[in-house]
Amino acid sequence: MADNVLNVQHVFKKFRRGELYDSLRELVPAIARRLLRREQGKDLDQREFWALRDVSFQVERGEAFGIIGGNGAGKSTILKLLTGIMRPTKGSIRVAGRISALIEVSAGFHQDLTGRENIYLNGAILGMTREQIHKRFDEIVDFSGLEEFIDTPVKRYSSGMFARLGFSVAAHVDPDVLLVDEVLSVGDYLFQRKCLERMHAVIRSGATVVFVSHNLREVANLCQRSLLLERGQVQLVGPTEEVIGDYYRRGQQQRLSPANSVDRGLWITQVKVHGKNGPGVEFQSGDKLYITVEANAWNRYEDMSVVIAVVDKNQYLVFDTCTQRLGTGAITLDRDQTLRCTFELDLNLTEGTFHVHAYLHRYVTDRAYDSWLSAATFFVTGAPEARGVVTLHPRLTECNVGKTSRLETLRQPLAREGSYD
Amino acid sequence: MFACVLIEEGVSLVFQTLQELFDRRDLLYMITWREIRVKYKQSVMGMLWAILMPCIIVSAGLVVRYAFAMVAGKPFAIADLTSVAVKAAPWAFFVSALRFGTNSLISNVNLVTKIYLPRLIFPLAAVFSQMFDFLVATAVVSLFLVAAGTVWSVQLLWVPFLILTLIILVSALAIVFSAASLFFRDVKFIVEVLLTFAIFFTPVFYESSLFGAWAPVLLSNPVSPLLEGLSTAVILHQCPPLFWLSYSFAVSVCLFILAILMFRKLDPYFAESI
Repeated sequence: MADNVLNVQHVFKKFRRGELYDSLRELVPAIARRLLRREQGKDLDQREFWALRDVSFQVERGEAFGIIGGNGAGKSTILKLLTGIMRPTKGSIRVAGRISALIEVSAGFHQDLTGRENIYLNGAILGMTREQIHKRFDEIVDFSGLEEFIDTPVKRYSSGMFARLGFSVAAHVDPDVLLVDEVLSVGDYLFQRKCLERMHAVIRSGATVVFVSHNLREVANLCQRSLLLERGQVQLVGPTEEVIGDYYRRGQQQRLSPANSVDRGLWITQVKVHGKNGPGVEFQSGDKLYITVEANAWNRYEDMSVVIAVVDKNQYLVFDTCTQRLGTGAITLDRDQTLRCTFELDLNLTEGTFHVHAYLHRYVTDRAYDSWLSAATFFVTGAPEARGVVTLHPRLTECNVGKTSRLETLRQPLAREGSYD
Repeated sequence: MFACVLIEEGVSLVFQTLQELFDRRDLLYMITWREIRVKYKQSVMGMLWAILMPCIIVSAGLVVRYAFAMVAGKPFAIADLTSVAVKAAPWAFFVSALRFGTNSLISNVNLVTKIYLPRLIFPLAAVFSQMFDFLVATAVVSLFLVAAGTVWSVQLLWVPFLILTLIILVSALAIVFSAASLFFRDVKFIVEVLLTFAIFFTPVFYESSLFGAWAPVLLSNPVSPLLEGLSTAVILHQCPPLFWLSYSFAVSVCLFILAILMFRKLDPYFAESI
């Protein structure tokens, strides 16, 4: 049953560039215009622009929904509209249930108050009653790991402690809909893990989560469905993996535009993935895969090698290699020369989405002349026998059922073979 | 007919707003508490300031009254002293609550732009936090009155009503000015100027009767009848002039309703205009 908790219909949001009113001379006609023309939100003033254009999406109860997109795509604006901080210029937003936002979790803190006082204050700001805060106080302090400093004014806290306390309070509000915006980037590794676990727990408990992040790994981990936003417009809504793939492909197209490479002397012009039968993006596990990297030089460049890396959908490195390691020695490119290398790979990967990074690397100084992250994306199907990232081509050589005594004799020589002495 | 519908709608909106505020009363309490707490943090005397401030204001009034008496060559009456004390404390509350309330939205930029909550809480919390100081001041003034030999009377029952009206009035003004100053910072300066000069147009250190035929002009300032009423009821043990009292009350309530309606109307533009 479609049980929509969030229903966003054709939402438009208009913003102004520059100051609201630069002078009194501008203000008076502006007010006059506003009084005369009742109808607003249709046409754009010269200095106005659409931050969101015709955005529609639904989120079902108990779903984790991701919103991805570049800087300035309008992600935070959507969240602000959902929480009610701002109202859309046009369109409607319907929220069923209590909404709580893990956005700017320490915004409600007062520098002069202690951690303890701020927990009560922030809890109230996030919609808890004093009684609720009182009940969960120990839990909150415990989660933050700041017992020692709880009676210290938060102005003496480090920024990490500050953010941890903020998240700890916010994580203990029980909402129907939880909005999360980039808050997981705070704190150390352990605290981030704790936060992610907490988010998973919230999702398991049946709450709806809307998650905004630049960290695609987190989005892929948490969300089944996602929305790709670009310059205020919805590009794609669908399964997260597909949306992230699409996001990467858009990145490639942008890279090809000359604006990104004009002022460099050496740059990668193309990274292509193809199989035995020509170009494609879908391959069978075990196929041969060819990755071709092309580069142009405007000046002379020496001691260069071409590096390619294959990463999985979570950006974990699966494999990398380079021309140097493959025995070509250093490459030198002269003015106006081009370079083209093709790598042949055995595609021993399991089913999934993979991305190719390419670098022009200088060995002597250990820095990249040019790099192109997620230059190409391909999909692998097959390998039903394996899970994980790679297939080690498993074959079953023995599978006997026997008595205990025989198994023990079998185990001993195995253990000796496996040791490294 | 049309006006009736409009008023009905307005009143129901006001009730709706008050209902929302009531639902978030814990937040209102916490923000008020924060303002009080922060005000006296990291000061050596701490809460003692809350006692000292009204004492200073009352003694300032005394000096003024004493000077008046000297110039006029009249004897210095104890009733004049107590009357100034009774009027100075609420006036100090009015000034500080309005000043603080006007800046309440601007000084909470973080909360206005980043988290959603009923923003009406900010000007109201500002007024309420000043009420704490007013409460302390009232205690100080009461002690002073007892020491000066002022006696009880049934007319004291007017006091809660007068104070309540004053709170409604100052809340209404704080709501209007806080929203207005969010859009135009000019309002902040205008309010400062008004508050600085208002002491001359409000009978705090003198009585409106001093102006003879011009007294109504002075009393048309809705704060004046309230302050005069307080001094009439507490010091002179008489019933305050009912006409001017109902005038003040009506103005306060109407302003309050209009202020809430205006605030509601502007609320969605706060985050992007601050």
